[in-house]
This record gives sequence, C-alpha cells and structure tokens, in this order.
Amino acid sequence: MSKITVKERLKINRQTMPEQLATIRNANFAEVNLGLPEQVAIMEAQRCLQCKEPKCMSGCPVNVNISQFIDFVAQGNMPAAALSLLGDNALPAVTGRVCPQETQCECECVRGFKGLPVAIGYLERYVADWARGHEDQLSTSVAAPTGKKIAVIGSGPAGLTAAGELAKLGHAVTVYEALHQPGGVLVYGIPEFRLPKAIVAQEIERLQRLGVKIECNIIVGRTYTLPELKERFDAVFIANGAGLPTFMNIPGENLKGVYSANEYLTRVNLMAAYDPDAQTPVLRPARAAVVGGGNVAMDAARTAKRMGAQRVAIVYRRGKAEMPARAEEVHHAEQEGIEFELLSLPVEILGSENRWVTGLKCLRMQLGEPDASGRCRPEPIPGSEFVVECDMVISALGSRANPLLTHTCPDLKLDKRGNIMVDDKGMTSIPGVFAGGDIVRGAATVILAMGDGKNTAKAINDYLRIVQVSRI
Amino acid sequence: MHKIVAKAQLSPNVTRLDVEAPRLAEIRRAGQFVIVRRGEGSERIPLTIADSNSASGTITLIIQAVGRSTRELVAMEPGEAIQDVAGPLGHPTELISSGHAVCVGGGVGTAVVHPIAQALRRAGARVTSVIGGRSREWVIMEPELRLLGEVVVCTDDGSYGRKGFVTEATRELLAAGGVDIVYAIGPVPMMRAIANLTRPFGVRTIVSLNPVMVDGTGMCGGCRVGVGNETKFACVDGPEFDGHLVDFDLLSDRLTTYRELEQAATACAPGACRVGLNKI
Repeated sequence: MSKITVKERLKINRQTMPEQLATIRNANFAEVNLGLPEQVAIMEAQRCLQCKEPKCMSGCPVNVNISQFIDFVAQGNMPAAALSLLGDNALPAVTGRVCPQETQCECECVRGFKGLPVAIGYLERYVADWARGHEDQLSTSVAAPTGKKIAVIGSGPAGLTAAGELAKLGHAVTVYEALHQPGGVLVYGIPEFRLPKAIVAQEIERLQRLGVKIECNIIVGRTYTLPELKERFDAVFIANGAGLPTFMNIPGENLKGVYSANEYLTRVNLMAAYDPDAQTPVLRPARAAVVGGGNVAMDAARTAKRMGAQRVAIVYRRGKAEMPARAEEVHHAEQEGIEFELLSLPVEILGSENRWVTGLKCLRMQLGEPDASGRCRPEPIPGSEFVVECDMVISALGSRANPLLTHTCPDLKLDKRGNIMVDDKGMTSIPGVFAGGDIVRGAATVILAMGDGKNTAKAINDYLRIVQVSRI
Repeated sequence: MHKIVAKAQLSPNVTRLDVEAPRLAEIRRAGQFVIVRRGEGSERIPLTIADSNSASGTITLIIQAVGRSTRELVAMEPGEAIQDVAGPLGHPTELISSGHAVCVGGGVGTAVVHPIAQALRRAGARVTSVIGGRSREWVIMEPELRLLGEVVVCTDDGSYGRKGFVTEATRELLAAGGVDIVYAIGPVPMMRAIANLTRPFGVRTIVSLNPVMVDGTGMCGGCRVGVGNETKFACVDGPEFDGHLVDFDLLSDRLTTYRELEQAATACAPGACRVGLNKI
C-alpha cells in the first residue's frame, strides 16, 4: 500500500456515524449507532497524522496504543489492528460505545486544534466489532499457569478487566457476581440501545476462553465473607461498584411511581421488562421526569421514551454546559424528543389521593460563583416554584458505595463516604486485598473502572511475585 | 442450578420445596431469605429460608402461589432445577436466649415464623406459637412448631383449634403477663394489629416485611419501607424491624404498585388455572 502524505490525510473530513433515525429509534431498543462500514473506517483512520508523540494515548485510562491500531486500520490490516487493541483493552466493543472520548482521547487529538479530531471511538468500535466476527483469526497467548489463585469480586468493567489481565499472566481467576448474570453495570445499567447485551456477553466469553471462571449469585459479604476468600485465594480484588442509589430526600419520594434509576434500568435492562414475554413488571406511564444530568439520567429518560412515555423531561439543577453526561448522549436525547428542564431544583414529589405520582414541584435556579467542582453553583430563585406534570419520577443522582461487603469486614479502611481506601498500587488496608473502580472512586465511568482493573492487575502480579520471593 | 429434591402441598395454596443449595444450608440463619429466579426470563423473587439441612445440603422454601412467578415455581416437580438461588440475604433475627417468646404466624407467615421459633428454642427461650388460617386446611406447620413449644391454633370459622383471629389469642397471652418478645409475621393487616396490641403492653415486637424487591442487595431501593420516620431498605436493613416503628400504611400501599400488571399477567399466564388455584 502506498504511503499517504500528511497533505492527503488533512484533506479527509471526519466521517459521520450512521445511526437509526431519531423518530424511529425512540420507539425501539435496537442500537442507535450502526457502526462504520469498512471503507469509511479506513478513510477515517487515514485522517490520523500518526504523530511521533501522540497526545491521544495520554488521555486514555487504559493506555490503548491508539495511533498503532489506527495505523493498522488505515492499512486495512484488521487482524493486526484487533490484536493491538485487544492487547491493551479487555473490553473494546464496550468502551468503543460508552467512553466519553471527547474528554479523554479525542480532545487531545492534534486534528482537533483546527477542525475535528479523529473519531477514535468510532474506530475502536469498528475494530472491536470486526474482532467479534473474526475470533478464529485472533489468538491470544496466555502465560504458563503460575499456580496462583485470585478472587475478583464483581463482574463489572473493573472486575472483568482485571480478570482478563490476570488470566493472561497465567493466574487462576474466579470472578464472583452477586446478580444472576455477569457484566455488572454493563448489563443492569447501560441500556440495550446503547450497549447491546449480546456484545457484553461476547466480550465476557472471550475472557472465559482465557480461563477466567465466573460464579454468579454469590454475594460477598453474605454468601462468603472477605476473610473466607482471603483464606482460599492468594489475592483478592474488590470491584463491587457503587451499588447504592441516591434519593433526593424530599417529600413524596415513597409514592408509587418513584424509582431510583438503578431500579428502573435494572427492571428494563437486566430483567428485560421491555420484552412482553419477560415476567418482571415495570410502570409504563405517559409522562416521566428524570432528575439528574449524567449518563444514567440520559439512559433512564431515553428508556422511558422507548417504553411508551409521550413526554419525558430531564430535570437538572444546573445548565446544559454543566451536565456531566457524554455530549453524544445529550445530543441523542434531544434528537429523540426528550425535554430539558434546566436550572430546576426538585423540592417535592406530588401525589394523588391513591398515592400515585402526579407531578414534580421544582424551583428555578440561577448560576452563581463556581463551587469546589469548578462548576457554577446553582442558587434557587425565591418564589419561582413550578410543577413538571408527570406520573413517574426517576432519581438519577448517582450512586454511593454499597456497604454490604465493607460492613462485614471492619479491618477494611474506608473514607468518610464509605469508599474503600487504597494505596497507589490499589492495595487496601489488608495486605493482599486490592480494590478498584467505583467502590474506591465513588460513581465514575466505565473506562476509569477499567483503568483501575488494568493497573491493579499489574500490582497484584507484582505483589504475588514479591510474596513468593519473600517466602523462599 | 438447584435441584428440587422434595415437594409437599401444605395448604390449598402453600407449597413446600426442598432445594439443593449446600452453601446456603450450611450458613443460613433464622430470618434470612434468598432471591430465587426459576429460569430464563423469570422474575427474581424473595423467599424466606424456612429450614435447612446441612447434611443433605438442602434448604426449604415455602411458597404461597399468588402471582404468575410463584405459580410457575410451585408447578415445578422434584428432579427439576431452579436456575438461580442467591443468598442468604438480610439480617438474621434478633433472638432472646431466656424468657418467653410468642411467635405469631398468619397464613404463609407461619413458614417464616418457624425458623425463628427454632432458633429461639435453640438459644434457650421458651416459645409459644400462635398460628392461624381461614379454616383447618389453611393451617400449616403445626406439627413442626409443636416440637418447639406450646401451639395455639386459631381458625376464622372455628373448624380447627379456637374460633377467631390470632390477635385474640395473642391478647390473652399478653394479658396473662410474662411475655418478653413477640414475633409477628403474616399479612400486613395482621402484623399491624399485633403491633398495635403489644404497644400498650410495652412488649418488643418484631415483624418481617415483604415489600417488592429486585436485587436484594441494596442496589435498587425498590424495597423502601418507613421505619421510625426514616426510609430503610428491607433487603439490607431488614427484613425484620421493630413493629412499633413500621409505617404499615406505606408498606401496604407500595405493595399495590404492580397489582394491575400482576392481575393481567396472572390472567394470561399458561397454567393459571391448571391446578384450579384461581377458583379458591
């Protein structure tokens, strides 16, 4: 293949992601983004200038060698692109769909300084999807068995990533999952239309082929205690996430029709309530209000729309610029007809005589001085009360650390929010017990959890070698 | 997979299943429950662990067939397997090791009271059980409870034991004095009535709540209950609470959230009338 010049590369415009039409997709659960065709992917990859010192990689929590895999795509060498990507990232078909590229890799791309950055996320997704269809052309080597056993608690992004890395190093890994299906937030939280469950299942199967064992229905803290696992394994990695919903603590929160986003999304995703054959019920009201401005709020709102709500409003106390959600999610939600009640603070959930939700009473806000997070602090405007009429309120205000495991292990040092404290290697106050992902960070992103999984896997490997040496 | 090794019909709509679950049989304690999912597409439903046998590695589930999911569960036969059984969930029962405990069970609640009575007896307390049902055929677990102490049986129609509700028999026991604690488990109106009854006597009263649940690990918050002006999650903070502090109005109201949907599901469920339960 002839070498493409920089000038030629600069001439190519950023390709667009084909997607389902908004007016059609807001009534189905099929994936919104359809993926790039091969020729389009190659063209997009050719936009990459192959910087000698690529900045994009420094923004990636799992250090994907972005320019390398993109170079292979530009050459049309998909097996090499896939092997490069899979070597760095255990779940590329997931991150290619859910990562906030605009604040991580793409924002560092030099092409973005004058125009649009290379669509790194689209290309990652393209290569990962190619890999899912060509498993036979990809062989992953696993190191010789080390004889070491490692327990991973939780099968979400942090746990799965660590499990994959540790298995490749030859360790025997068992993952314990509390629910009946592995994947954690990838299966109970993120909706089908953004991350199809079949893709998560395929990524997990690939890890199982590396030798990772997964046991479901095991609640560590109940079925087994942490000290018991510590006895049976050479090291333990706690990655049980931030599975405790936040409510607003306003009057009316126990009315019928008030859900945490965790409950609503779990009913619809994990329990497949969108499928008429599924047995788990979920309310399908005509009007819904979703409180919050993050990805989970967007997911809940877009799900409610697909479940038949005619009007869905996102109620958020700051402005659109302050929303923590990915830009693409906000954009997609708007396209699908989700309304935005910005600068609105819920103060009470109103109910009928029969105690069903009838509305959400809010105060208008104005933005004041920046607060500790750097975002402008919203302040209520006196006397500005108004009501968002709705039959369902979903609280999507983030999750906190679930105390089920930590309460049964007083030796584990926690911070004041109940998150597990770790050193720079990811080790907790108990030697040999590591932790990462949301149980350490508080609710964050899939990719940060995966970064923790990857880094902690290295630290666990080092720890096991040191322990072995010190025993000799 | 968890094989069903034995099955028995305890009353017209209450079935006992002994299910293989060796780890749970070994560690479960009175008051704890499991989340059961029959198979692909089935609902996750919470069920109290009524008994266990660590030698055979089985736990006992006692199921009242009320909706589509529970009907499908009780339609299973020995040899078939339940796909998912997760637990043990919830806090174990707060026990007393001396003194007199009265265990009040209404309907299928008697199955939940039984492991508590067993644990109380093992701990050293004297146990009196008060159990009830509409008529003789609805009274369950009397022989098992007789092994643990005195049993007062009440039926609404007087076809067996005393005629009347469990509340009357409990009132008499309270009036006679010497009751240190009451455990009341059954339909919400019964638990409320018992809690109201014991309040003037100042006798500590434990009730077991059964709100709608999904995961059972505190993740979804669907099982919110009001206890002493605070919102608690029954799955991780309970399921047993101080009956004098529980907001029973809120509990019974939230239990009706899916009533219409459930009725629709029951009407179209295959086998809804196969065993004639809809005629009872």
